[in-house]
Amino acid sequence: MASKLLNRFPTLNNTAYHILSLPFLRSTVASPFLVHTRLYSEDVSSRVSNRSSLNQVELAKFSSIADTWWDAEGPFKPLHVMNPTRLAFIRSTLCRHFQKDPYCARPFEGLKIVDVGCGGGILSEPLARMGATVTGVDAVEKNIKIARLHSESGPETANIEYCCTTAEKLVEEQREFDAVISLEVIEHVADPAEFCKSLAALTVSNGATVVSTINRSMRSYATAIIAAEYILHWLPKGTHQWSNFLTPQELVLILQRASITVQEMAGFVYNPLTGQWTLSDDISVNFIAFGTKNSQ
Amino acid sequence: MVGMALACSLASMPLTKQLNVAIIDSNPALEGKTCIKKEDPPDPRVSTVTPATISLFKDVGAWQYVQQHRHAYFDKMQVWDYTGLGYTRYNARDVDKEVLGCVVENKVLHSSLLSCIQNTDLKKRIYPSRLNSMTLHQNHLPTMMDSTSSSFHASLAKLELSDGNSLYAKLVVGADGAKSHVRELAGFKTTGWNYSQNAVICTVEHKTENQCAWQRFLPSGPIALLPVGDKFSNIVWTMNPKESSACREMNENDFVKALNHALNYGYGPHPQSNLLGNNGDIFSWFRRDLTVSANECFEVPPDVVKLVSGRMVFPLSLRHANNYASKRVVLIGDAAHTVHPLAGQGVNLGFGDAFALSRIISEGIAVGTDIGEVHLLKKFEVERKRENIMMMAILDGFQKAYSVDFGPLNVLRAAAFHGAQYISPLKRSIISYASGEQRLPLFS
Repeated sequence: MASKLLNRFPTLNNTAYHILSLPFLRSTVASPFLVHTRLYSEDVSSRVSNRSSLNQVELAKFSSIADTWWDAEGPFKPLHVMNPTRLAFIRSTLCRHFQKDPYCARPFEGLKIVDVGCGGGILSEPLARMGATVTGVDAVEKNIKIARLHSESGPETANIEYCCTTAEKLVEEQREFDAVISLEVIEHVADPAEFCKSLAALTVSNGATVVSTINRSMRSYATAIIAAEYILHWLPKGTHQWSNFLTPQELVLILQRASITVQEMAGFVYNPLTGQWTLSDDISVNFIAFGTKNSQ
Repeated sequence: MVGMALACSLASMPLTKQLNVAIIDSNPALEGKTCIKKEDPPDPRVSTVTPATISLFKDVGAWQYVQQHRHAYFDKMQVWDYTGLGYTRYNARDVDKEVLGCVVENKVLHSSLLSCIQNTDLKKRIYPSRLNSMTLHQNHLPTMMDSTSSSFHASLAKLELSDGNSLYAKLVVGADGAKSHVRELAGFKTTGWNYSQNAVICTVEHKTENQCAWQRFLPSGPIALLPVGDKFSNIVWTMNPKESSACREMNENDFVKALNHALNYGYGPHPQSNLLGNNGDIFSWFRRDLTVSANECFEVPPDVVKLVSGRMVFPLSLRHANNYASKRVVLIGDAAHTVHPLAGQGVNLGFGDAFALSRIISEGIAVGTDIGEVHLLKKFEVERKRENIMMMAILDGFQKAYSVDFGPLNVLRAAAFHGAQYISPLKRSIISYASGEQRLPLFS
């Protein structure tokens, strides 16, 4: 069904470039961005010359609203509300994989976890409270500053290591972690396939990789773009580009090519009456995947 | 009591038992092992615990301590009013249970919860003093300029006690009763009104053991007789303030006479015991699904022989905090809501709050949330507000319905009594809801 929409654009052909322009009606970013290019290719070999997965447009978007990361009522409210549900999935899959006691208050004691694209640290801090040794990385300098400041407020979170860097640079430094977690990031990178390769390189063999993103489906267009950005104003307009979303099949494929086997997948469903997110089998909008690195 | 129940519950769950808990209470009972002597007459301050609360207590292991002291299960209840037009009898066997509730002295509940906590390895410290002041830091993020404040305490709540101690806490739970100081310091607004009624409570003795709970609605308020064990019963008599001062001043014999008058032959006739046979065929289609108590006749409550305690008077009011939670503060029990004692529900709502809060805290810790986080506490608020408000509305409705002496309304009330007595599904619903087993009053 995604292809039906794409067929309406005359530029689609086998080789590869796909230009989708989404005019921003009102953008929080200072400079106007009207055209956004993303590489879309049937065969996943990278065509991008620079080896970074950074997308400058996306970086600028996040940099401008960095101060509001910890404002529970601000532009990041949906992430705050969704956070416990994502953590529930991470907790259950990682406890099972690393054979930790799920009734322990700090089950991740002794595990090294990296939060790629940590933003203000809203995932890193709960992971640290659960006992993990957490490293948070983000390409936006402001985010790292905010994250560092906020984490200083408690003894359990003060030991989180925050770095303003990218996954690729960490790979160059030959860092390795027991679990690599990257939530709601892959839809903002320039080259998802390369990004997954970096995530895989950061994971020790038999380690865990958790990626979450939004599905590229009609429903997600209606929900995550139209409803969330234009009608309910949960997210600033232009936060997401529908064409950047990955379907679960695509994600599994690129992870597999990076030597990560996806073991479990779940969806997040929002109940507007109770205002709560729950885990479910419905992966048509938000979904999260847990994979393990093949042992070499 | 409700605060101790929360501590007990936290101690009993695997995810929360590693929390550091500070109990701030100037109640002298917390200091030493003040023994509760068996020979003492029952204290007039008692609570009726519903079966739902009893099972929560059993889950945390506190009920065994209650059973070591005086406590009285009751399985029958009779409610009627002064007009003598109708009555309702409830029996635990209507819903296939053994008890409708249990009446326990507050000091027994308190000491049982304390014993329960002391037998766990919860890291706790008891501060026998009062809260003087509380500072909650409202800013969610220290400013960029302020990067030198690396003190971990900057974002916690700071409490100053009357004995000079200062505490820092991730979460402050206000379980300090109807006149909650925590609620005041945290700035929670309340809604409510005072009933122009006071409750006179005391303990009395009978010739024989009483195993039924009795409640008679009089023109100025209900009088309740609850069994407390051995041959004692507890009286809760609601009346207007002038009469309550008179009751407190009069001598014991006169007071006992007044009690018997109120319970028995005063103010109006006894209701007729209408056994289904001679009450006409309108109820014949209910006959198939009869409850045990529908067949029971009206009984006269046992005579009060002696007054064995002092008389205490309390003003009654309805109060509800508009919010139960804000960052780092949450209210439970009477601090959040106070109700009329006419159905014995007040403390049970409080215990429900305590156990719900501890469950929510446990769920928060499971996903690494900071327990003082507003989102988490709001989950608790949403869950409990619904139930508390529903119960409060029903109780307030009853209170208002029974405080008016107006012919047609009296007949309506009599019809309500008959309806509850003979319509079995309604009676079962009422019993289940009042026992805490059912969430909604009518539609299960």
